[in-house]
Amino acid sequence: MKTLVYLIIGVFFGIVMYKSEAASWFRIYEMFEFGSFHMYGIIGSALAIGVIGTQIIKRRNIKALGGQDMQLNPKAMSIPRYLFGGLLFGLGWALAGACPGPMFVLAGAGYGSILIVIFGALGGTFIYGLLRNKLPH
Amino acid sequence: MNPWPWYVSGPLIALVMFALLFVGKQFGMSSNLRTACSIGGAGKASDFFDFDWKKERWNLIVVLGAIIGGFVSANYLSDNTVNINPDVVIKLESYGINSAGESYLPTEIFGDESLSDPKILAVLLIGGFLVGFGSRYAGGCTSGHAISGLSNLQLPSLIAVIGFFIGGLIMINFIYPLIF
Repeated sequence: MKTLVYLIIGVFFGIVMYKSEAASWFRIYEMFEFGSFHMYGIIGSALAIGVIGTQIIKRRNIKALGGQDMQLNPKAMSIPRYLFGGLLFGLGWALAGACPGPMFVLAGAGYGSILIVIFGALGGTFIYGLLRNKLPH
Repeated sequence: MNPWPWYVSGPLIALVMFALLFVGKQFGMSSNLRTACSIGGAGKASDFFDFDWKKERWNLIVVLGAIIGGFVSANYLSDNTVNINPDVVIKLESYGINSAGESYLPTEIFGDESLSDPKILAVLLIGGFLVGFGSRYAGGCTSGHAISGLSNLQLPSLIAVIGFFIGGLIMINFIYPLIF
Protein backbone atom coordinates (compact mmCIF):
# COMPACT_ATOMS: atom_id res chain seq x y z
CA MET A 1 0.00 0.00 0.00
CA LYS A 2 2.74 2.46 0.99
CA THR A 3 4.67 1.44 -2.10
CA LEU A 4 1.72 2.49 -4.23
CA VAL A 5 1.61 5.90 -2.51
CA TYR A 6 5.33 6.51 -3.24
CA LEU A 7 4.80 5.39 -6.82
CA ILE A 8 1.86 7.76 -7.32
CA ILE A 9 3.81 10.68 -5.80
CA GLY A 10 6.67 9.83 -8.17
CA VAL A 11 4.45 9.64 -11.27
CA PHE A 12 2.86 12.97 -10.32
CA PHE A 13 6.30 14.52 -9.77
CA GLY A 14 7.49 13.21 -13.15
CA ILE A 15 4.50 14.66 -14.98
CA VAL A 16 4.92 18.03 -13.20
CA MET A 17 8.63 18.14 -14.13
CA TYR A 18 7.91 17.36 -17.77
CA LYS A 19 4.80 19.48 -18.24
CA SER A 20 6.33 22.48 -16.45
CA GLU A 21 9.32 22.16 -18.81
CA ALA A 22 11.62 22.24 -15.77
CA ALA A 23 13.06 19.03 -17.27
CA SER A 24 13.93 20.82 -20.52
CA TRP A 25 17.55 21.71 -21.21
CA PHE A 26 16.26 24.83 -23.01
CA ARG A 27 14.49 26.13 -19.90
CA ILE A 28 17.59 25.63 -17.74
CA TYR A 29 19.77 27.46 -20.24
CA GLU A 30 17.20 30.24 -20.55
CA MET A 31 17.07 30.54 -16.75
CA PHE A 32 20.84 31.07 -16.50
CA GLU A 33 20.58 33.65 -19.32
CA PHE A 34 17.84 35.41 -17.28
CA GLY A 35 15.78 35.12 -20.48
CA SER A 36 12.43 34.33 -18.90
CA PHE A 37 10.59 34.48 -15.60
CA HIS A 38 9.32 30.91 -16.09
CA MET A 39 11.84 28.92 -13.99
CA TYR A 40 12.06 31.65 -11.34
CA GLY A 41 8.27 31.64 -11.17
CA ILE A 42 8.21 27.88 -10.68
CA ILE A 43 10.82 27.88 -7.92
CA GLY A 44 9.45 31.10 -6.38
CA SER A 45 5.82 29.96 -6.22
CA ALA A 46 6.87 26.52 -4.92
CA LEU A 47 8.84 28.30 -2.21
CA ALA A 48 6.10 30.77 -1.31
CA ILE A 49 3.76 27.87 -0.59
CA GLY A 50 6.57 25.73 0.81
CA VAL A 51 7.65 28.34 3.37
CA ILE A 52 4.10 29.08 4.53
CA GLY A 53 3.15 25.39 4.74
CA THR A 54 6.33 24.46 6.58
CA GLN A 55 5.76 27.25 9.11
CA ILE A 56 2.20 26.03 9.69
CA ILE A 57 3.46 22.46 10.20
CA LYS A 58 6.05 23.65 12.72
CA ARG A 59 3.85 26.06 14.67
CA ARG A 60 0.94 23.67 14.94
CA ASN A 61 3.29 20.72 15.41
CA ILE A 62 1.48 18.75 12.72
CA LYS A 63 2.62 15.13 12.60
CA ALA A 64 3.14 12.81 9.67
CA LEU A 65 0.97 9.74 9.11
CA GLY A 66 1.32 7.32 12.01
CA GLY A 67 2.07 10.15 14.43
CA GLN A 68 5.79 10.39 13.67
CA ASP A 69 7.56 13.76 13.37
CA MET A 70 7.82 15.33 9.94
CA GLN A 71 11.28 15.16 8.43
CA LEU A 72 12.17 18.82 8.84
CA ASN A 73 15.63 18.39 10.29
CA PRO A 74 17.89 21.46 10.43
CA LYS A 75 21.02 21.20 8.28
CA ALA A 76 24.45 21.48 9.94
CA MET A 77 26.06 24.85 9.24
CA SER A 78 29.11 25.10 7.03
CA ILE A 79 30.17 27.48 4.29
CA PRO A 80 32.74 25.59 2.14
CA ARG A 81 30.63 22.47 1.88
CA TYR A 82 27.52 24.21 0.54
CA LEU A 83 29.34 26.85 -1.49
CA PHE A 84 31.87 24.55 -3.22
CA GLY A 85 29.45 21.66 -3.52
CA GLY A 86 26.75 23.98 -4.79
CA LEU A 87 29.12 25.60 -7.28
CA LEU A 88 30.16 22.24 -8.73
CA PHE A 89 26.52 21.19 -8.91
CA GLY A 90 25.64 24.44 -10.73
CA LEU A 91 28.39 23.89 -13.30
CA GLY A 92 26.98 20.45 -14.01
CA TRP A 93 23.36 21.57 -13.96
CA ALA A 94 24.08 24.16 -16.65
CA LEU A 95 26.32 21.82 -18.67
CA ALA A 96 23.98 18.81 -18.76
CA GLY A 97 20.85 20.95 -18.47
CA ALA A 98 19.34 18.49 -16.02
CA CYS A 99 19.32 17.99 -12.27
CA PRO A 100 18.80 14.63 -10.53
CA GLY A 101 14.97 14.50 -10.64
CA PRO A 102 14.53 15.48 -14.31
CA MET A 103 17.34 13.09 -15.33
CA PHE A 104 15.09 10.16 -14.51
CA VAL A 105 12.00 11.83 -15.96
CA LEU A 106 13.88 12.26 -19.25
CA ALA A 107 15.02 8.65 -19.18
CA GLY A 108 11.35 7.66 -18.98
CA ALA A 109 10.53 10.09 -21.78
CA GLY A 110 12.83 8.04 -23.97
CA TYR A 111 15.94 10.21 -24.35
CA GLY A 112 18.69 7.59 -24.49
CA SER A 113 21.53 10.11 -24.15
CA ILE A 114 20.37 11.05 -20.65
CA LEU A 115 21.60 7.62 -19.54
CA ILE A 116 25.15 8.90 -20.07
CA VAL A 117 24.35 11.87 -17.81
CA ILE A 118 22.96 9.48 -15.17
CA PHE A 119 26.03 7.27 -15.51
CA GLY A 120 28.22 10.36 -15.00
CA ALA A 121 26.15 11.38 -11.96
CA LEU A 122 26.61 7.94 -10.40
CA GLY A 123 30.34 8.24 -11.08
CA GLY A 124 30.46 11.69 -9.49
CA THR A 125 28.60 10.44 -6.43
CA PHE A 126 30.97 7.48 -6.12
CA ILE A 127 34.12 9.62 -6.45
CA TYR A 128 32.75 12.02 -3.84
CA GLY A 129 32.35 9.06 -1.50
CA LEU A 130 36.01 8.18 -2.00
CA LEU A 131 37.32 11.74 -1.60
CA ARG A 132 35.01 13.17 1.03
CA ASN A 133 37.44 12.85 3.93
CA LYS A 134 39.96 14.94 2.01
CA LEU A 135 37.52 17.73 1.13
CA PRO A 136 36.73 20.79 3.29
CA HIS A 137 33.27 20.40 4.79
CA MET B 1 -1.02 19.75 -24.75
CA ASN B 2 0.21 23.20 -23.74
CA PRO B 3 2.94 23.31 -21.09
CA TRP B 4 1.80 24.18 -17.60
CA PRO B 5 2.47 27.78 -16.56
CA TRP B 6 4.78 28.50 -13.65
CA TYR B 7 1.94 29.40 -11.28
CA VAL B 8 0.48 25.92 -11.73
CA SER B 9 3.79 24.04 -11.75
CA GLY B 10 5.39 25.66 -8.70
CA PRO B 11 2.49 24.98 -6.31
CA LEU B 12 2.30 21.38 -7.59
CA ILE B 13 6.01 20.92 -6.75
CA ALA B 14 5.24 22.22 -3.24
CA LEU B 15 2.42 19.65 -3.13
CA VAL B 16 4.91 16.85 -3.93
CA MET B 17 7.12 18.05 -1.07
CA PHE B 18 4.20 18.17 1.40
CA ALA B 19 2.90 14.78 0.26
CA LEU B 20 6.29 13.23 1.06
CA LEU B 21 6.48 15.03 4.42
CA PHE B 22 2.98 13.82 5.23
CA VAL B 23 3.97 10.18 4.70
CA GLY B 24 7.03 10.71 6.92
CA LYS B 25 9.64 11.14 4.18
CA GLN B 26 11.44 14.06 2.58
CA PHE B 27 11.77 15.46 -0.92
CA GLY B 28 15.31 14.87 -2.22
CA MET B 29 16.24 13.24 -5.49
CA SER B 30 20.04 13.16 -5.49
CA SER B 31 20.27 10.85 -2.47
CA ASN B 32 19.00 8.11 -4.80
CA LEU B 33 22.35 8.28 -6.59
CA ARG B 34 24.08 7.46 -3.31
CA THR B 35 21.64 4.62 -2.70
CA ALA B 36 22.29 3.26 -6.20
CA CYS B 37 26.06 3.29 -5.49
CA SER B 38 25.42 1.41 -2.27
CA ILE B 39 23.31 -1.23 -4.05
CA GLY B 40 26.11 -1.58 -6.60
CA GLY B 41 28.53 -2.55 -3.82
CA ALA B 42 30.31 0.80 -3.31
CA GLY B 43 30.22 0.17 0.46
CA LYS B 44 33.35 -1.93 -0.03
CA ALA B 45 35.21 1.13 -1.34
CA SER B 46 33.94 3.76 1.11
CA ASP B 47 31.93 3.68 4.33
CA PHE B 48 29.94 6.57 2.85
CA PHE B 49 28.07 3.89 0.92
CA ASP B 50 28.03 1.34 3.70
CA PHE B 51 24.48 1.74 5.00
CA ASP B 52 21.22 -0.15 4.94
CA TRP B 53 19.98 0.95 1.53
CA LYS B 54 16.69 -0.89 2.00
CA LYS B 55 15.60 2.00 4.24
CA GLU B 56 15.87 4.19 1.14
CA ARG B 57 13.80 1.90 -1.02
CA TRP B 58 10.81 4.26 -0.81
CA ASN B 59 12.79 6.98 -2.65
CA LEU B 60 13.76 4.57 -5.43
CA ILE B 61 10.06 3.90 -5.89
CA VAL B 62 9.50 7.66 -6.21
CA VAL B 63 12.19 7.62 -8.91
CA LEU B 64 10.48 4.72 -10.66
CA GLY B 65 7.29 6.78 -10.58
CA ALA B 66 9.16 9.78 -12.04
CA ILE B 67 10.38 7.58 -14.90
CA ILE B 68 6.81 6.46 -15.58
CA GLY B 69 5.64 10.08 -15.32
CA GLY B 70 8.22 11.06 -17.94
CA PHE B 71 7.05 8.28 -20.24
CA VAL B 72 3.37 9.20 -19.87
CA SER B 73 4.05 12.92 -20.37
CA ALA B 74 6.25 12.58 -23.43
CA ASN B 75 3.92 10.09 -25.15
CA TYR B 76 0.45 11.29 -24.19
CA LEU B 77 0.51 14.74 -22.60
CA SER B 78 2.98 16.87 -24.56
CA ASP B 79 3.88 17.88 -28.10
CA ASN B 80 7.50 17.81 -26.87
CA THR B 81 8.50 21.29 -27.96
CA VAL B 82 9.60 24.15 -25.74
CA ASN B 83 9.20 27.80 -26.64
CA ILE B 84 11.84 30.01 -25.09
CA ASN B 85 12.79 33.67 -25.35
CA PRO B 86 13.65 34.57 -29.01
CA ASP B 87 16.81 36.39 -27.90
CA VAL B 88 17.99 33.21 -26.18
CA VAL B 89 17.16 31.24 -29.36
CA ILE B 90 19.46 33.56 -31.34
CA LYS B 91 22.20 33.15 -28.75
CA LEU B 92 21.88 29.36 -29.01
CA GLU B 93 22.05 29.53 -32.80
CA SER B 94 25.41 31.26 -32.47
CA TYR B 95 26.51 28.10 -30.61
CA GLY B 96 25.20 25.93 -33.45
CA ILE B 97 22.13 24.81 -31.47
CA ASN B 98 19.21 25.31 -33.84
CA SER B 99 16.56 23.01 -32.39
CA ALA B 100 15.00 25.53 -29.95
CA GLY B 101 11.24 25.59 -30.43
CA GLU B 102 11.28 22.26 -32.27
CA SER B 103 12.20 19.77 -29.57
CA TYR B 104 12.15 19.23 -25.80
CA LEU B 105 15.92 18.77 -25.59
CA PRO B 106 18.46 20.10 -28.10
CA THR B 107 18.94 17.40 -30.74
CA GLU B 108 22.50 18.70 -31.25
CA ILE B 109 23.35 17.43 -27.75
CA PHE B 110 20.79 14.73 -26.97
CA GLY B 111 20.13 13.31 -30.45
CA ASP B 112 21.32 9.73 -30.86
CA GLU B 113 23.62 10.71 -33.74
CA SER B 114 25.41 13.18 -31.43
CA LEU B 115 26.70 10.27 -29.36
CA SER B 116 29.38 9.62 -31.96
CA ASP B 117 30.83 13.07 -31.24
CA PRO B 118 33.45 12.77 -28.45
CA LYS B 119 32.89 16.40 -27.44
CA ILE B 120 29.17 15.86 -26.88
CA LEU B 121 29.85 12.61 -25.07
CA ALA B 122 32.22 14.50 -22.75
CA VAL B 123 29.61 17.25 -22.17
CA LEU B 124 27.02 14.67 -21.06
CA LEU B 125 29.44 12.65 -18.96
CA ILE B 126 31.17 15.58 -17.24
CA GLY B 127 27.87 17.42 -16.77
CA GLY B 128 26.44 14.37 -15.03
CA PHE B 129 29.63 13.85 -13.02
CA LEU B 130 29.53 17.42 -11.65
CA VAL B 131 25.84 17.08 -10.79
CA GLY B 132 26.51 13.85 -8.88
CA PHE B 133 29.68 15.02 -7.15
CA GLY B 134 28.33 18.50 -6.38
CA SER B 135 24.97 17.40 -5.05
CA ARG B 136 26.54 14.91 -2.65
CA TYR B 137 29.23 17.40 -1.56
CA ALA B 138 26.52 20.03 -0.96
CA GLY B 139 24.27 17.42 0.65
CA GLY B 140 21.39 18.00 -1.74
CA CYS B 141 20.27 19.24 -5.14
CA THR B 142 17.46 21.39 -6.45
CA SER B 143 14.78 19.40 -4.62
CA GLY B 144 16.64 18.97 -1.32
CA HIS B 145 18.07 22.49 -1.03
CA ALA B 146 16.22 24.88 -3.37
CA ILE B 147 12.77 23.51 -2.51
CA SER B 148 12.86 21.56 0.80
CA GLY B 149 15.73 23.40 2.51
CA LEU B 150 14.69 26.92 1.57
CA SER B 151 11.07 26.14 2.50
CA ASN B 152 12.40 25.28 5.96
CA LEU B 153 14.42 28.55 5.96
CA GLN B 154 17.77 26.76 6.17
CA LEU B 155 20.76 29.08 5.73
CA PRO B 156 22.93 26.18 4.45
CA SER B 157 20.42 25.65 1.65
CA LEU B 158 20.56 29.32 0.71
CA ILE B 159 24.37 29.10 0.48
CA ALA B 160 24.03 25.98 -1.67
CA VAL B 161 21.48 27.62 -3.99
CA ILE B 162 23.74 30.67 -4.36
CA GLY B 163 26.48 28.18 -5.26
CA PHE B 164 24.19 26.55 -7.85
CA PHE B 165 23.70 29.89 -9.56
CA ILE B 166 27.34 30.96 -9.39
CA GLY B 167 28.26 27.63 -11.01
CA GLY B 168 25.53 27.89 -13.65
CA LEU B 169 26.45 31.46 -14.56
CA ILE B 170 30.14 30.59 -14.84
CA MET B 171 29.23 27.66 -17.09
CA ILE B 172 27.06 29.49 -19.58
CA ASN B 173 29.00 32.76 -19.62
CA PHE B 174 32.61 31.57 -19.58
CA ILE B 175 32.73 27.87 -20.41
CA TYR B 176 30.00 27.57 -23.09
CA PRO B 177 31.85 29.97 -25.43
CA LEU B 178 34.89 27.67 -25.13
CA ILE B 179 32.92 24.47 -25.77
CA PHE B 180 30.36 25.42 -28.43
